[in-house]
Amino acid sequence: MNVLIDNSDLFVTGFKNTGILFVISAFFALILGTIVAGMRVSPAPAMRAAGTLYVNAVRNTPLTLILAFFALGYPKLGLPSIDFMTAAIIGLSLYTATYVSEAIRSGINTVSVGQSEAARAIGLPFLQTLTLIVLPQAFRSVVPPLFSVFIALLKNTTVAAGFSVFESGAIRAYLSERGEPLLPGLLWVALIFVVLVLGILTPLQRYLEKKWRVAR
Amino acid sequence: MSAVLFDVPGPKARVRNVYLNIITVIVVVGIVGFILFRFYESGQFTAKKWEIFTFPLVQQKFLEAIGATLSAFGVAAVGSLILGIVLAFGRLSDTKWVRVPCYWFTELFRAVPLLILMMIMYYGLSSAGIKGITPFMAVVVGLILYNGSVLAEVFRAGIESLPKGQREAGFAIGLTKGQVLRTILLPQAVRAMLPVIISQLVVIMKDTALGFLILYQEILFYANFLGSQIQYGSPVVPGLMVAAATYVGLCLVLSGVAKLVESKMSSRVKVVKAKVGVAG
Repeated sequence: MNVLIDNSDLFVTGFKNTGILFVISAFFALILGTIVAGMRVSPAPAMRAAGTLYVNAVRNTPLTLILAFFALGYPKLGLPSIDFMTAAIIGLSLYTATYVSEAIRSGINTVSVGQSEAARAIGLPFLQTLTLIVLPQAFRSVVPPLFSVFIALLKNTTVAAGFSVFESGAIRAYLSERGEPLLPGLLWVALIFVVLVLGILTPLQRYLEKKWRVAR
Repeated sequence: MSAVLFDVPGPKARVRNVYLNIITVIVVVGIVGFILFRFYESGQFTAKKWEIFTFPLVQQKFLEAIGATLSAFGVAAVGSLILGIVLAFGRLSDTKWVRVPCYWFTELFRAVPLLILMMIMYYGLSSAGIKGITPFMAVVVGLILYNGSVLAEVFRAGIESLPKGQREAGFAIGLTKGQVLRTILLPQAVRAMLPVIISQLVVIMKDTALGFLILYQEILFYANFLGSQIQYGSPVVPGLMVAAATYVGLCLVLSGVAKLVESKMSSRVKVVKAKVGVAG
């Protein structure tokens, strides 16, 4: 308990930055992932190919390497410099977007064929069929997988600690600088994550799942 | 699948699709071209930055780094599968004091970030006076605890999705609960869940790269080390490109093997089904 109270400044700043990373990356990943999912079911073969290529390439690359590229490689390219926080947000968003896209695509598959056939029968074009009929239903059925993706994102934010972002994963480094005992410090970090995941996100997931269930 | 969303394109739609295709190609070529142009402009393709990869010693060390990644992956994959099966059986147990601890074990280890688990193993334990924890052990134990818990849920879902008759038939011929689980339910569950199990193995492969952050000398660690060689122009970007290509290659090989196994298994299931059909 002492480690937590004596170093509350570290824990507060660390988890605040974790929260910032999580919220902003989740926002961008959701937008980009939806676009990519739309591309992967579109009538144009080139769009499908581009979406598939992006998902397969990024999903098979470790997140650590993607963050390493934006934190260590990007500054070598002579482009406008970005701080490590922004670099981490870009990396996390690009990585998470592939998982969001796959979740939404599987959700699109759960919408019964009759729905889009009916939409086409009343003359809606592809984009309207997708955005007015299919996606709203798909989003409801993908709440559980999408939440799992975001829970993974929350845990993945800790990787940014390896690339000079002061968030929850970096608390260890600051604790050892202060000469504090590391094991209790790390166990506190783990416990806070357990509370965030099991105490907040998982119940929220169950609640939304029940509330938005589609009757089929 | 995608035919769900649109009809067979007519003349107008075909013209529109051609435009869409052209626009997509222009955008993709634009993005990739810009990245490559920046790489070229900032001198990432100069011979000096790639020269380091021509040394036999560097190549040998790089192979050793790939070996380190693969050995961590191999041990962690086998360990996770075993732990997953044990935990899944534990959660299906009739005894409360086996079921409840297994439940909390899987829930807790799925909720803690893997990097934090590895840090607890590597930094935490050694600071608490436990000596002799190597980065390899920390990486492997972290991976096993996390992925074992994830796989336990996969196995359990697979077993619970099986028709009730399978279990009942097992009991009817006098098998014990453990025998039913081991010989009847688990083999079917593994087959049904194979795609999920394989994708989890790909996750283990990728997560070995977290070892880089606790100083395990795997692919990414070595690539980063090469990037710090100033006399070769600090080839950070070339190093990361080679590392990325290696990881994507390894993961694609793993997925390829998975597809092969899957098609073999599903063909066998078909044969069994056909036989049943003939007999019926």
